[in-house]
Amino acid sequence: MARRSIPLLKNLVGNHNTDLPLCFLKSGTSSANVLRSITYMPRPGDGTPRAVTLIPGDGIGPLVTDSVDKVMAAMHAPVYFEKFDAHGDMNTVPPEVIDSIRRNKVCLKGGLKTPVGGGVSSLNMQLRKELDLFASLVNCFNLKGLQTKHDNVDIVVIRENTEGEYAGLEHEVVPGVVESLKVITKFCSERIAKYAFEYAYLNNRKKVTAVHKANIMKLADGLFLESCQEVAKKYPGIEYNEIIVDNCCMQLVSKPEQFDVMVTPNLYGNLVANAAAGIAGGTGVMPGGNVGVDHAIFEQGASAGNVGDEEILENKHANPVALLLSSAMMLRHLQFPSFADRLEIAVKNVIEEGKYRTKDLGGNSTTEEVTLAVISALR
Amino acid sequence: MAGRRRSLQTLTQLLYRSPSTSIPLTRSVTYMPRPGDGAPRVVTLIPGDGIGPLVTGAVEQVMEAMHAPVSFEKYDVHGDMSVVPKEVIDSIRRNKICLKGGLKTPVGGGVSSLNVQLRKELDLFASLVHCFNLKGLPTRHENVDIVVIRENTEGEYAGLEHEVVPGVVESLKVITKFCSERIAKYAFEYAYLNNRKKVTAVHKANIMKLADGLFLESCREVAKKYPGIQFDEIIVDNCCMQLVSKPEQFDVMVTPNLYGNLVANTAAGIAGGNGVMPGGNVGQDHAIFEQGASAGNVGKQKMVDRKTANPVALLLSSSMMLRHLHFPSFADRLETAVKRVIEEGKYRTKDLGGTNTTQEVVDAVIAVIQD
Repeated sequence: MARRSIPLLKNLVGNHNTDLPLCFLKSGTSSANVLRSITYMPRPGDGTPRAVTLIPGDGIGPLVTDSVDKVMAAMHAPVYFEKFDAHGDMNTVPPEVIDSIRRNKVCLKGGLKTPVGGGVSSLNMQLRKELDLFASLVNCFNLKGLQTKHDNVDIVVIRENTEGEYAGLEHEVVPGVVESLKVITKFCSERIAKYAFEYAYLNNRKKVTAVHKANIMKLADGLFLESCQEVAKKYPGIEYNEIIVDNCCMQLVSKPEQFDVMVTPNLYGNLVANAAAGIAGGTGVMPGGNVGVDHAIFEQGASAGNVGDEEILENKHANPVALLLSSAMMLRHLQFPSFADRLEIAVKNVIEEGKYRTKDLGGNSTTEEVTLAVISALR
Repeated sequence: MAGRRRSLQTLTQLLYRSPSTSIPLTRSVTYMPRPGDGAPRVVTLIPGDGIGPLVTGAVEQVMEAMHAPVSFEKYDVHGDMSVVPKEVIDSIRRNKICLKGGLKTPVGGGVSSLNVQLRKELDLFASLVHCFNLKGLPTRHENVDIVVIRENTEGEYAGLEHEVVPGVVESLKVITKFCSERIAKYAFEYAYLNNRKKVTAVHKANIMKLADGLFLESCREVAKKYPGIQFDEIIVDNCCMQLVSKPEQFDVMVTPNLYGNLVANTAAGIAGGNGVMPGGNVGQDHAIFEQGASAGNVGKQKMVDRKTANPVALLLSSSMMLRHLHFPSFADRLETAVKRVIEEGKYRTKDLGGTNTTQEVVDAVIAVIQD
């Protein structure tokens, strides 16, 4: 019996069939991360290089944006960067930066450090309000080869970016008493709900969940919910439900597979996005961006409100994966699908192989080493 | 003894593993649309003659099943009309995109082809046909993945013919630097945008030294601007022979009008037939998608009567159209569904060796999409 089965086993193993269980495949091949051939007919002139504004920012910003620069050059992508210096301790974003973004329509940035307290408004927020980038999108998903405590996570958090608790309207009524205004408008709630359902429709997503606390803030979050419910009626094919934010946080960490697309007001979105990023692999790997009608800014999906601590800066082991995946989103936004695919697959293959990982993923490589690994994984 | 038990275990594992087709149904792609990107787009639809109405009907059904953000404006055009009706041209100028079945071109008689009229009127100077092996469809040649980019407006199709004296006819083949340059630019830009490694120019400049020579010069000039892409040239008779013996050497091919027609149909034939290859015509402002290579006919009467035309080519072309309209997720789903139906092999029309009708193949594709 054993002698008869050996040639059969040899035959099956020798075919290198991708249907075989993983142990029989040669190490290093992965059937999911293979470049697929797509039929795509570009318009004449679609290959003209596009200018993109680049803001390195503070902290780990210059390190990771430099990584993107190198990878774009290695791919000969039809993109060139206009670099501008902006730092979190400036009063306002310099007008030439805003002009550049208005001209180029697309921007890639590292983080800008926001001081705690002190009445200085965050430059990140200034940019979003100035350019009316009303939707922030973070895609949190499990990466193949990266072990986390939760599997089957694939959540897109769409967060209203301009009002809510971030309206910035605060005043001291009497000494020792401060009022902070949370502003919710029908206009903004409607447009963020429309964007969330349109996203779900365009990306074949099945469910949109609105996150709120309307049992307490009955009028404010109630208005947000009403807008979502109205828009949901126009998309009968997409399931819609609502969840209170405290329950949502608990469900995220116990059963995250129940969530698909989530639409939230400003503050809850910040918290939910960071929590979702954390369960799926950390803020070092999740891509994201901010989009408005005319402009888009791509940055690390969830940065937990900081630009990296001193230790990461000194040892230069910031994780470039998040910004690399965001720049793949940017290439797709600029209608360069082939380049976007190549970059994304190279990054995913590097993560899957597991040889080059920065400290936050449990490895000990530097940013430079991961960047070189991605460049050599490009097909 | 222990070895016997171990090999038995492994065998059992292999036998009872869950079956999986090798094409995953969807891939997760991070894509941030602009607000308003989901607004439905209008596309002009020309069913045409012969098998045209059958296969465009197939595309309409599948788009409906996917709830794609596309709506069609149908127009009746037939090959025996003398010109393309004005409202059709206006509609395409307005919508910028058109999907069409074939229009029958009469042989001889001095009536110009409506297909060529459309291309010249809208200046769709590049015709693109993508010929590739489909998984699950065995052919005599493996590893075929050729894109034929053909100049669409001049060359032998200039339509300038006259009878010098009775019994002597001159047919003018016109090659211009302008048109040759722009088709070469399009071919290299295509190769650059799609990560292709080589562009091959097809010519017969040993005989037509000035005409095809001008075409070749233009290609060489453009090639200098793309040092990362390999460029070579091949004479068209050698090309036809190489296509049918070693097609894996070709990647992107750029050709003048007539050679492109022949090379595209040959390449389509070796990779599975003109029932499955997608293609389109594109210009600066407009694009028309149709079956890649139709071998100059719109299907035999028998195919029309029995309704056994192959809808795959037009379905893959409409997937190219969805990608052109920037709906990548819908394009992916349609393409994956069609490829899976071909791979499974249960529903195939006569030209692929099966016995199913067009409707059965369409139903199979819809079933995979709605899965």
